[in-house]
Amino acid sequence: MAVKASKKAASIDMTAMCDVAFLLLTFFILTATAKIPEPLPVDTPASTVQTKLPDTDLATITVGKGKVFFDLKGREVRKRALELMGQKYQVTFTEEEAAKFALMEGIGVPITSLKQLIAMSSSDRGKANLQPGIPKDSLDNQLAQWIQNARIANHEIQDKELQIAIKGDAKEEYPAIKKVMDILQDQKINSFNLVTGLRAKDK
Amino acid sequence: MAELNTGDGGGKKGSGKVRSKKSGSKVDLTAMVDLAFLLITFFMLTTTLSKPQSMSLGLPDKEDKPDPKNQVKVDENRTMTILLGDNNKLVRYVGLLATPVKGGTPKDFSYGKGGIREELLLRKKLVLEYTGNKDKGMIVIIKPSKKSNYRNLVDILDEMAIVDVPTYAIVNDYTPEEKKLLEGK
Repeated sequence: MAVKASKKAASIDMTAMCDVAFLLLTFFILTATAKIPEPLPVDTPASTVQTKLPDTDLATITVGKGKVFFDLKGREVRKRALELMGQKYQVTFTEEEAAKFALMEGIGVPITSLKQLIAMSSSDRGKANLQPGIPKDSLDNQLAQWIQNARIANHEIQDKELQIAIKGDAKEEYPAIKKVMDILQDQKINSFNLVTGLRAKDK
Repeated sequence: MAELNTGDGGGKKGSGKVRSKKSGSKVDLTAMVDLAFLLITFFMLTTTLSKPQSMSLGLPDKEDKPDPKNQVKVDENRTMTILLGDNNKLVRYVGLLATPVKGGTPKDFSYGKGGIREELLLRKKLVLEYTGNKDKGMIVIIKPSKKSNYRNLVDILDEMAIVDVPTYAIVNDYTPEEKKLLEGK
């Protein structure tokens, strides 16, 4: 008879593996950030470019269905931008409202109805067709004001230049995008990001 | 390690308390580990992939009154103009519209691989042969029409990135001939 190595136990001790697995799991759950619901869902076109958007110093302009929404990263920056916008349009926001605004998602209402929007619950705000978009015509160009004040606010608080990202719907017609680009260019912002989805290279 | 402390249960019968029979002293953790790793994979993928991709775009300074001194004349043999129309229509011509270079008459192309990409790669090579200078590559002028959509624009900018076109610009002026070209035929 050949000499056989003694076989190991049929069941392996999984305790350590289980420990490690759950430790990692806890880590990933805690680092994952909850996805903020978007008030204006858009279908971004795909591209092969792999640059990621920064997490801070970023303003996102969402364009879709002819409406424009504005979003800004950073609580303090948002508060300051709101304050500057309030000064510009003679609307005063209380400390409470500013704190609520700092935690909100992107907005798409004229500055005059921003107070009502802040007062709503977050599930009410998420309803489709509730927000009419930020006015952007030449007579009442609030979008340009938002961008400008956000840049000032970001400069004051973060001491960095604000990055602008345009998140357009794939089916949006070009003139609407061009309008936003023109507004940016009027403020000498010649470099910005276009938010896109992911696509394989050979498609 | 995974043994459960079973104490001194079993064996001694009739010591007073009636105990239910204990099951095996080891718990099989395989399923638990499977589940844990599945969730890990899920969270890893969602955290890294959820960040949106972006494409950076630089535009030239906007001047209300273009200074004639700053206008640079470029060799028309190096330029290709791409017109974007509605319904994913794409027309390109090489050189000037009135006097296109050889093989560069206005022609329809499709987006993506096999369409405009092949043409761009071919023209890029031809231009390099023509100039014989690596710094003087192809110049692509992208003209999105009012009816084109945002997807078309991103698609064509993406092609620029894939083909690695050294110089490209987005121009919004349309000549009547170009308009006719997009609408007509």
